[in-house]
Amino acid sequence: MIAIMPLKRPQAVLDKAQVGSSTAVKAKVEKDIKAVESKSFAVNMFKGQITTEQVFPYPSVMNEEQTQFLRELVPPVSKFFYEVNDPMKNDALEKVEDHTMEGLKELGAFGLQVPVEHGGLGLTNTQYARLVEVVGMHDLGVGITLGAHQSIGFKGILLFGNPQQKEKYLPKLASGETIAAFCLTEPASGSDAASIKTTAVLSECGTYYTLNGSKIWISNGGISEIFTVFAKTPVKDEKTGEMKDKITAFIVERSFGGVTHGPPEKKMGIKASNTAEVYYENVRVPVENVLGEVGGGFKVAMNILNNGRFGMAAALSGTMRGAIAKAVDHAANRTQFGNKIHTYGAIQEKIARMAILHYVTESMAYMVSGNMDSGASEFQIEAAISKIFASEAAWNVTDECIQVMGGMGFMKDAGVERIMRDLRIFRIFEGTNDILRLFVALNGFQNAGNHLKNLQKALKNPLGNVGLLTGEITKRAKRRAGLGTGLSLSGSVHPELAHSGDLAVKALEHFGGTVEELLLKHGKKIIDEQFVLKRVADSAIDLYTMVVVLSRASRSLSQGLTSAQLEKIMCETWCVEAHDRIMQNVKDLKSSSSRKLFNNLRDVSTSLVENGGVVAPHPLGF
Amino acid sequence: MSARVLVGVKRVIDYAVKIRVKPDHTGVVTDGVKHSMNPFCEIAVEEAVKLKEKKLVKEVVAVSCGPQQAQGKEIDLQIISNKRMTVGFILQETIRTALAMGADRGIHVEVSGKDYETLGPLQVSKILAALAKKEEANLIILGKQAIDDDCNQTGQMTAALLDWPQGTFASEVTMDRDMLKVVREIDGGLETIKIKMPAVLTADLRLNTPRYATLPNIMKAKKKKITTVKPGDLGVDVSSRLEVLNVEEPPQRLAGVKVETVDDLVGKLKEAGKI
Repeated sequence: MIAIMPLKRPQAVLDKAQVGSSTAVKAKVEKDIKAVESKSFAVNMFKGQITTEQVFPYPSVMNEEQTQFLRELVPPVSKFFYEVNDPMKNDALEKVEDHTMEGLKELGAFGLQVPVEHGGLGLTNTQYARLVEVVGMHDLGVGITLGAHQSIGFKGILLFGNPQQKEKYLPKLASGETIAAFCLTEPASGSDAASIKTTAVLSECGTYYTLNGSKIWISNGGISEIFTVFAKTPVKDEKTGEMKDKITAFIVERSFGGVTHGPPEKKMGIKASNTAEVYYENVRVPVENVLGEVGGGFKVAMNILNNGRFGMAAALSGTMRGAIAKAVDHAANRTQFGNKIHTYGAIQEKIARMAILHYVTESMAYMVSGNMDSGASEFQIEAAISKIFASEAAWNVTDECIQVMGGMGFMKDAGVERIMRDLRIFRIFEGTNDILRLFVALNGFQNAGNHLKNLQKALKNPLGNVGLLTGEITKRAKRRAGLGTGLSLSGSVHPELAHSGDLAVKALEHFGGTVEELLLKHGKKIIDEQFVLKRVADSAIDLYTMVVVLSRASRSLSQGLTSAQLEKIMCETWCVEAHDRIMQNVKDLKSSSSRKLFNNLRDVSTSLVENGGVVAPHPLGF
Repeated sequence: MSARVLVGVKRVIDYAVKIRVKPDHTGVVTDGVKHSMNPFCEIAVEEAVKLKEKKLVKEVVAVSCGPQQAQGKEIDLQIISNKRMTVGFILQETIRTALAMGADRGIHVEVSGKDYETLGPLQVSKILAALAKKEEANLIILGKQAIDDDCNQTGQMTAALLDWPQGTFASEVTMDRDMLKVVREIDGGLETIKIKMPAVLTADLRLNTPRYATLPNIMKAKKKKITTVKPGDLGVDVSSRLEVLNVEEPPQRLAGVKVETVDDLVGKLKEAGKI
């Protein structure tokens, strides 16, 4: 388990933008103006632009053989989880049962994405997503054991390892003979990952590093042989010649000596997975075990996390599918007041909302995995949104599942309370949702800021950039006048969903305009405006989800699936409500009363912290 | 040992699926229903693979009969994981499963349309008998029955057509050169027989616990060959002499009543005309 900040530190985000502008020479300006436009829908929505390439049509990335192979893989995995794995027992034992663990290794579940030549199955992200969805439906504790191993534990070797490192480590990792863990979080370094204190010092002979420090809440920490460890190393600044501490990633074997771990942590959920502190005391790590570049560890860490997030959305859509099946089964069979309870509106609304949340999450998981498989490099906003959305949607759906089941759902035997406990951590680890919201908003602002800056530069040379300027000026004028900016999703969205498409466009226009206004208003100080950033992120999430379901439902309508009409109404329902939330947020962000509200909230919090708890005296006076 | 084993694998509606009868009562709904290998066939495959692992046989060939592609709308583009909703898979996937479990190669006997709908034990046993000769098999292992039609006839008919000895309902098989010691599950106990190969065995539930097809083995099985033949190529006529008149769901169990006393019970039984 890790709780880290997957963020270039906010300051760094903005600093980088600053540097760009102050050192820019004219040639660079022109290049920037024509800078490679991002293909990411999420990046561009912050600029008030629609880029459909990655979102329409809904990605279909597997060839026939890959589809066929996946089709063959799903049943045995599903069967294993029905017949061998016992989630309740794993939860009670606080470990994955030995025979289950062995079974999973034999099954090949530990090397899903390891290339075939290194003993794995060589699955694409989409194929991987489909299998972890099955895992997520049955046992998130096992899911974390597998995920901590391959989604983050040795993902660094897959992404950044050199051929020797891959050759040496991947075969045993793929078979599960060795288990891997990802070690970033430290006692004083959670969300602020750049503040780690573990050190690695190069020996005088230059052949090894001496690693010292301790890591906490490491998933698989007690059962791993291979660790991806992040530590500070002194690195010489090329320009100034100064020595500066920078983060470097290392592949550390337990067998190096000096690696120990604490007892398994007692946790609220995902109990079956092992979580422990890991200590490094004068561990000699050979220089050939540096992962990526010396000083490039932060990038390694962020890329690993970025590449793993879609898997969480996929696993959690499986969890939701399972919870929904339980709730529906109960609602269809439970009689109260003389009727099956599914005939009551109170239950119907719950089930419908559960279904829609699942539909959105599932659509998003495979949209992101599809984008990744087709070679997209910029999916960090989408991946972060998928993690935030999936973890909150799954929480909601499972909570409502218990509610539909009433007292029955509260009983341990129903098997839902465990899911609830297991789910709680998903809003915390691998970047808390709060930090990820800041990440989404700031990333968006950074791109939108660069875009604005380019416009400002263009203004200095208006004649050379007539096309760009007239386009932007017209857009703004139209927006001011309350006219549409001419943006449209028609042609991408199925005609039957035209209205929902219009809602998305409208929301996007207002969102883009608001982002620009906020940038002009706050400048680089926007990073301190977390009340604002949260609302911007919420709108960004709503906006992206609208487009995702529009895309999926459009495809279903085009393909004439039997479920198409149902998907259509789920999409429409989602779009109406998401649009309204965005418009409300946009309105709030512009109004001065919300500034007052933010100040109120800040004041209340400050008073409580000063007082060490609630301030108002007890209503009874004692 | 140079023996070759033929194993029959049948694709059936998954055991966990709730079966629904078609509205026109001609059969059960198979469209969009999860299918998998008949559990008794899995046991048969496992037994054959075990013999191979003990180096008692040299080759295991998995055979299945059916259309090239699953019929109807079973191949829905949407892949769904929920047990009850999972789409059926293509027939060759049943053979692939056997290959992933350790069979060496597969034979897909292509039977489609009307012929597939009426394909019964007699037709299948004719096919198996013909294949056994063609492939020079020394042993045929089948499941004792399929969980869809519960016929429990194919093994016996195949043995009869080939005029080979049969060891049905096997719960333990020991091979010693060309002799098979078979422990059979019979009413009220076990019967041990010795038969001479070539022979036909049918697997009972307790013969073994089939292994899981692991993902790496599924991957490796991609390289194994599946050949396709038509019944005509084998000189087999698959036309059926049976006609299904009507398929019905079992009657629904009616709600019972709770009675307070023995007298009440007797009263109710009298009312119902039972005593």
